[in-house]
Formats: sequence, structure tokens, C-alpha cells
Amino acid sequence: MIRIDGVSHRIGKAPILHDITTHLPEGRLTALIGPNGAGKSTLLRLIGRLEPLQQGRVSVAGRDIAATPTEDLARVMAILGQQTSIASRLRLSELVGFGRWPHHRGRPTAHDHARVAEALEAFALTPMADRFLDEVSGGQAQRAHIAMAFAQDTDWLLLDEPLNNLDMAHARALMGRLRDLVDRQGRSVGLVVHEINYAAAWADHVIAMKDGRIVAEGSANEVLTEDVLSDLYDAPIAVASHQGRPLVLHHV
Amino acid sequence: MRPTPALAVALAAMMLVSMTIGAASVDLVHAFGDPRTMLVLLESRLPRTLAVALTGAALAVAGVLIQALVRNRFVGPDTAGTAEGAALGLLAITILWPASPLWLRMVAASVSAMATTALFIAIIRRLPVREVMLVPIAGLVLSGVLGSVVTFIGWQTDLMQYIGTWLFSGEFSGVISGRYELLWIAGGAAVLAWFAADRFAIIGLGDQVATGLGLGTRAVLRLGLAVVAVVTAMVVTTVGMIPFVGLVVPNIVARIMGDNLRRTLPVVALSGAVLVMACDLAGRLVIHPYEVPAGLILGGVGSVLFLWLLYRRPRHG
Ligand SMILES: Nc1ncnc2c1ncn2[C@@H]1O[C@H](COP(=O)(O)OP(=O)(O)OP(=O)(O)O)[C@@H](O)[C@H]1O
Ligand SMILES: [Mg+2]
Repeated sequence: MIRIDGVSHRIGKAPILHDITTHLPEGRLTALIGPNGAGKSTLLRLIGRLEPLQQGRVSVAGRDIAATPTEDLARVMAILGQQTSIASRLRLSELVGFGRWPHHRGRPTAHDHARVAEALEAFALTPMADRFLDEVSGGQAQRAHIAMAFAQDTDWLLLDEPLNNLDMAHARALMGRLRDLVDRQGRSVGLVVHEINYAAAWADHVIAMKDGRIVAEGSANEVLTEDVLSDLYDAPIAVASHQGRPLVLHHV
Repeated sequence: MRPTPALAVALAAMMLVSMTIGAASVDLVHAFGDPRTMLVLLESRLPRTLAVALTGAALAVAGVLIQALVRNRFVGPDTAGTAEGAALGLLAITILWPASPLWLRMVAASVSAMATTALFIAIIRRLPVREVMLVPIAGLVLSGVLGSVVTFIGWQTDLMQYIGTWLFSGEFSGVISGRYELLWIAGGAAVLAWFAADRFAIIGLGDQVATGLGLGTRAVLRLGLAVVAVVTAMVVTTVGMIPFVGLVVPNIVARIMGDNLRRTLPVVALSGAVLVMACDLAGRLVIHPYEVPAGLILGGVGSVLFLWLLYRRPRHG
């Protein structure tokens, strides 16, 4: 479980997060939703210790992130930030290969190579594994970044808007893989999504944020209702039902 | 063609040529029977040849590191305030303690170079990431300011002639046995960098990715700074600053081979050695038996290469 306890955050004088207390359940796929600027990325970055905690506590699988060495955390959780532009000229296989670095720290074993090959294959990158990152499309680069987080092979996987740039088929395939990680390998996943129907169809747990606060959390059926969503996005939103799960009609 | 063996052969060939040319003619084949020739070889030609190779290799590696640390390809140890920092440290110790031992001067130069390079990194971390060209401009401004401070102090204290040899005229004609060995320290620092190559490559991916992979970014930053500063300080004090190697070589190698530093650093080092060796040889041959400083030739060759690199920038910044 990831516990978040009384976390507040400011940038300069501007308050970004207000006293957030919540948790991401273990062995579940949790979706963070909310309008632009709600503070989703900030919260995820704080959990992933990409940003120093100013106030409050966060623990991942029982480890206080402020007290645990960063290299130990890297074997427990992998995090993919929202900004993934990288100036380095790496081949896709090399980038994904760095996902194994927390485990081998410079001396890759056959097991590490196998994991990298697996991650490349899982995201249909094998045919372009030798291409440079600045010579593939935006969606292919995004898949390479996700593959790198996958290769890290941690109990927790945190992804900030992983569906960015992905076409429909690859987006669905990614959600399927995440589901598989949770259901078959007992991993836990937290991700920020804007396309709410991906949360509706695939998430076990949904946390809705607005203006640096949590406004609702619970199962998809509990959170993705007309009332909550209309309030969350300040716009009337209709919700239908499809195969027992909510189907959000936000585009009409 | 694999780059490493090809470059190694080219370097070896040029080193042989470098051993034979100069004011006194040397016949390598018969050198062993002739004590006078052996003396020239061991006291002058060999040291010079090694100095050129070490300088080129170490500066090119330092260039890769500084570029990874600031995530910008348009900087090198000669445009990040490093060389001027080294000169400032040397100047300070020369004034404060004229009889200071050599090792202390080296320490002063290295520490001061580290401080000014750290200042450069602190400045550019405040610049907006997208402004790619602001980074080299900031480096040039900082180098310029530090350079004028050094020059001003030099005038006031009558030490201009030293400063000239440190900052302006990078060349190898004064190298003899006993006066270049510090460059081995520069070479050693570059080798040290190779052992941390993965860390520098990961730092180049950005602080977020590096932290996510469990890398302590500060420790890597400090190691990189130390290597860049030591390399530059040793070069500045022994042969004077050699421009452009640390800027151009990493760019060319990255275009062809990418940024997986564990694989590319040996190629970078060899290419740097080859480039400086070629310029030194050219400088010794054009107006033989006189010399044009290698630094001068590199200034010309390097700026053309740099313009070419600017012109064909990679598609994504
Ligand atoms: N560097 C910064 N300086 C000042 N304010 C910032 C900075 N970065 C983010 N903010 C503010 O913090 C708030 C939360 O930002 P955050 O990136 O966490 O939002 P988000 O929910 O991820 O939004 P999005 O859906 O657009 O990604 C926003 O109001 C944003 O304007
Ligand atoms: Mg965000």
C-alpha cells in the first residue's frame, strides 16, 4: 500500500496541495483523475520522491520514502513522469536497458538482458530496438519510456499520463498489460489518466482531485457518477453504463 | 568499419610520425644505436607525443561529461568557465605564495576550476530548459568575465606572461620530459570517468529519470565536476588551453554512435587524441622548422566543425 499522510505542497507562495491524506491500495490498479492543474502530477512526483516532501509523510510498501535510500526505493517502485522529453541520443534498447540499472548497477546479467528483450517485445518495439530515440515517432518514444519502467520490474508502477501520444490500439494494449500485471503478478499500479473511460473500464480504484484536494475516492462505480464528474470538471457530464461499468459521455 | 580499431591505428601512425619530425631529424630505425638520437626521442619527442595524445583524449572526455551534466551539446570545458577558473586559482596561489610547491598549485587550479564550473552549472540550472542556446551563451559570458578578472589581476601583478601561456596559446613545443607528467593525472581522471560511464549517461537523461532509477544525482554531479576540473586544470597548467576539442568531438561521436557512454567514451577519447595530434602535426609541418601552435590550428578547424554541427542540428533540439 502507498500511504499518503497529511501531505501539503507549495511552489513559491502558491499552495498546490492541501493536506492530502489517502492511500493507493495494494494489488489494485488506481487511477488519478481531475482537471488540468489539479495537482495530480505533483502528488505522483512527491510519492515517487522526484520532488522533496515539504510537509506530511509518504510510505510505499511500509517504507517511509524520506528515510529509505533512493536506490532501495528504485527496486520497489518505478515512476514515469509526465515530461518525458530526453535530449540524449540513445537507442531504444539502451533506454529500456537503463530500466534494469537499479538491479544490476552496471553489471547486467543474462536475466537483465532477458527482461529488456521482454519489455521491448511487450510494447512492440523489437523491430526498432536499434533506432535512436530522436528518430522514432512520439508514440513510439512514449512506449519506449513505458517499457523502461516495465523493465524496472517493481512491485509498484506509477505512470503519469502514459496514454499520451498512444493510438487507440496501443492505449488499450497498455491498459491490458497493466491489468495483467495486477491480476496475474500481484503488482500494484497507479496512473494519471485524462481519458476518463480508461479509468472507467480498467481501474479498481479511482481518486478524483481538484484544486489540490481530493474530492472523491472509491471504486469506479462510486466515483464516476454524473454528480461527481459534473462537479469535478465544472461541466454537465452524462454517465451511461456498459457491461456493468460506467461509460462517460463527455464528448457530446 | 569499427571505430575503435580504426582510430587506434590512426593514432598509432600519427604518434610514430610525431616522433620523427622536428628541428633535429630522427631516424627511428637506427635510433637504438645512437645515444644522441635516443636522448632527443626520450627527452623531447616521446613526451611531446604523449602530451598531445593525453591532452586530446582527456579534454574530449571532459567535454562529454560537462555536456551530460548540463544536458546541452553546445558547451565544452573551454566555454564553461573551467579554464579561466583554473587560471584564476593558479594566479591566486602564485601571488599569495610564490614559492608554493607544484602539487599545491595543481590543487589550487583544480579546486578553483571546480568552483567556477559549479557556478556555471548553478547558473544554467536556473535558465528555462527549452532555451538551448542560452546555455552556451551563459558559458561564454561567464568565461569572458572570469577571463577579464584574470587578465586584470595579471596586469596589476605583472604576471601577464604566465597568463598568456595558460589561456591563450595552447601548444606543445615546450613539452619535455619532466614538464608534462601532470597530464597523466588528466588521463587518469578520464579513465575514472569511464568507470562511472553509466551514471553519467543516466544523469544525461534528466534528474527525474535519474532519481527514478535510484541514482543519487548530487554525487554524480560532484564526480563529473571533479573530473572536468582536474582535466582542465592539468591541461591549462602544462600546455595551455586547447579550444574546441571538448566541444566538437563529443558532438560528432554522439551523432554517429549515440550517448551510451560506456560504449562511446573510448571512441571519444581516441578521437580527441587523433584530432589534437593531427593539429599538432599540421602545426609542426606547415612552416617547418618553425611551428604554429596546435591551439591556433584547432581554433580554426574547430570553429569550422562547430559551425557545421550547428548547421545540421539533430531534429529534436
Ligand atoms: N513550476 C511551477 N511553478 C508554479 N506553479 C506550478 C509549477 N508547476 C506546477 N504548478 C502549478 O501546480 C498546480 C498543479 O500542477 P500539476 O502539474 O500537479 O497538475 P496536474 O493535475 O498534473 O495537471 P495536468 O492534468 O495538466 O497535468 C497547477 O496549478 C500548476 O499551475
Ligand atoms: Mg500532470
